[in-house]
Formats: sequence, structure tokens, C-alpha cells
Amino acid sequence: MPDNPVERSRRIIARREGPLLVEGPVEVVLEDGTTVSSERFCVALCTCRRSRIFPWCDTSHRRHARAACPDADR
Amino acid sequence: MEGVEKGPVTEPELPPGRGELSAALTGYLRGTGPLPDDAAIADAAPFGDDLQLALYLCYELHYRGFAGVDAALEWDPELLRVRAALEQPFLAALRAEATRHEHADDALDELLVEPADGRGVTRFLRDEGELWQLREYVAQRSVYHLKEADPHAWVLPRLWGRAKAGMAAVEFDEFGAGRAERVHARLFADLMADLDLDPTYGRYLHESGAEALAVVNLMSLFGLHRALRGALVGHFAAVETTSSPGSRRLADAMRRTGAGPAAEHFYREHVEADAVHEQVVRREVVAGLLEEEPWLDRDIAFGVDATSCLEDRLADRLLGAWRDGESSLRASV
Repeated sequence: MPDNPVERSRRIIARREGPLLVEGPVEVVLEDGTTVSSERFCVALCTCRRSRIFPWCDTSHRRHARAACPDADR
Repeated sequence: MEGVEKGPVTEPELPPGRGELSAALTGYLRGTGPLPDDAAIADAAPFGDDLQLALYLCYELHYRGFAGVDAALEWDPELLRVRAALEQPFLAALRAEATRHEHADDALDELLVEPADGRGVTRFLRDEGELWQLREYVAQRSVYHLKEADPHAWVLPRLWGRAKAGMAAVEFDEFGAGRAERVHARLFADLMADLDLDPTYGRYLHESGAEALAVVNLMSLFGLHRALRGALVGHFAAVETTSSPGSRRLADAMRRTGAGPAAEHFYREHVEADAVHEQVVRREVVAGLLEEEPWLDRDIAFGVDATSCLEDRLADRLLGAWRDGESSLRASV
């Protein structure tokens, strides 16, 4: 398979939980017609719809514990 | 924001000692006195100021050294022997106090659960932190962030396959992906300038407490020893896993206090970047290393636990001081 990303299929890693991982760079067209782009080697696209920086993942999909050890937070 | 260093890069000044060990170390590095003896090392508190600074001084020779200190001392056999003697009680105390998990996945899964009613430094700073507290936080974190990703580069020759490729990709991103103005340590220097702090490398070493030095010594210890490569990977995974939500809280803190655009940008960048890095480190680096060397599972877990333990100690120091209305630093900034 050629190494040039233009000539090969772009790999997307999908799991039930967590973001879609897409090899960068990418352009994402949003519903209002605006385009956001990232040159990162890999981007994490939000699938839970809770991200405050949508379409990028900000880890908002994580579970929240009711009474966790306070030391676990930093 | 200018993307280039201003002026020549200078080596940091040697700080004053904090006790018998660190005072002897500074004397030896200046060429004016002997190294500390083993009895003094055995008597020192493993997480205390004196031992942590002494260890920091030994490690710094592998990064940028100190002004007026012979660079060749990096490989001085006597100094390396003393460094090993300092590392031993630090590592033993960590293994005894920090170890909570046997498996990397268990240790990392625990970090993925956000406490709903959590307290902690980043929540405190977001909700009620004042500018002076943000400055104290950033000054002490500078000892870490101005080395961000540096000791992790030492693990690259010790990895291969998926673990190496994933680690190199994340490191490339940390180092600005080929753009000097995007190096994360550079972004942190810009943040410091916003907070009216001096971004010179090593500038706040003297002001930083043992807890802040221990966080840096941990990554130097893991980075410099091939035998601890599993722990280094665990440490890196723990940092990347906890960084994104914590960075969001810090970005909010910077915005609320009007700290400045670069201060906010540093943490906003880390919300997005570390959400990616977490995935790559977990799926490629940790999983890849476990595939190649499954016997390192316990070491990776130890690296995660040791990181949490020392971050908790730092959090206790900061919040303890602030709740009493006092400075968390050894000297004001």
C-alpha cells in the first residue's frame, strides 16, 4: 500500500465508546456551513455530542462518579 | 505572539541548597566540595526538600545543566553513584506508598471516571482561584512544563512497533509538529509572560517546593532508566489521560481571572490535543507495549499510580496552603 495519504484509504478507528480517531490533517464541515480544520497527525471526533469544542473530543463522554475519592481529581 | 526564542538560551543558575545533601551537591557541581556521604542520604526524607532538590540537581545535568557547571559532570562516575543512592529511597518510598494496581488497564480505567463532586487544584482554581494563586500554580508547574515531553523522548529507543510509532507521533505533536512556535513548552512560556512571570528555563526552581520537584524527578527517573520503561509509559498515559478535563478547568480559570490570551490558549490547546493523545497512548503505546512485553503490565500500572500519588501530594501542598490563606511557594514570585 502506498504511503502517500492521498493515494491510500484514510484510516478511521471507531469504537462504541469514545471519539472516532481519524488520521489528520482534516477539514470538518459543520451544519452551519462553516469549516474547521486540524493539522494534527490524528484527530478525535466527538460522537457523544456533549463536547464543548465540537466536532473535536474534549473527553466529555467520560462517566461521572457520584462520590469518588477526591484525591483522584486534579 | 512571537514564535522564536529571544536572545541566547542560557543555562539556569544553581539554586541554594535546602539541607546537607543538596548543599553538598551544589558544592560538588561548583568544584568546591565533596559529595554527600551515604549515611546522610539514608537519613533524608525520601519526599523531602533536601533529597528532592539533590536528585533534581543530578538529573538536570542530562537536560540543560547549570551555569558555571562542567557539562562533563553528567557522566561523572562518583556523581552517578550518588544519584543512584538518592534514587533508591525515592523509588522504594514510591513503590511502598503509591502502588495500588497490578494491571495497567485497571489503573488507567480508574482515571477515566470523573468525580462528580470532586475537589482538587484545577476545580479550586476554576471556581474560586485568584490571580495570585494561578501565578503560584504556574510558577511551580513551570519546572515541569518547560521540560514537557523531554524525558519521554528517552524511552523511544527502548520501544518498537506500535508502541514506538504511537509514542513518536505524540511526542512530535508535543514538540510542535515541526513548528517552533507550537512547541508546548514554548506555549507555556507565552502563558507565563501573560501572568507576568519570567519564562526563563529553571527560573522558579528555588521557589518550588519538594512536591513540585518530585513530579519532575519522577519522569526523569523513569525516563533515564531502561529498566523503568514500563513505568515511564504508565506515567505518560496517566498525564495524558488526566490532562484534558483538568486543562479545561484551568482554561476556564484563566478566562474568569482575565489572565490573558496566551494563558488561556495553552490550556485550550491541551483540551483538544490531550483528548487525542490519551487515545493514541492508550491504544497504541500502552497496548502495543503490552503486546510486545506483557510482563511490563505491573510496571505500567506502577507508573500510573506513582504519578497519581505525587500529583496528590502536590495538590495537598497547594490547597493546604491556600485554604489557610498562605503562599504555597518557598519564596514569593
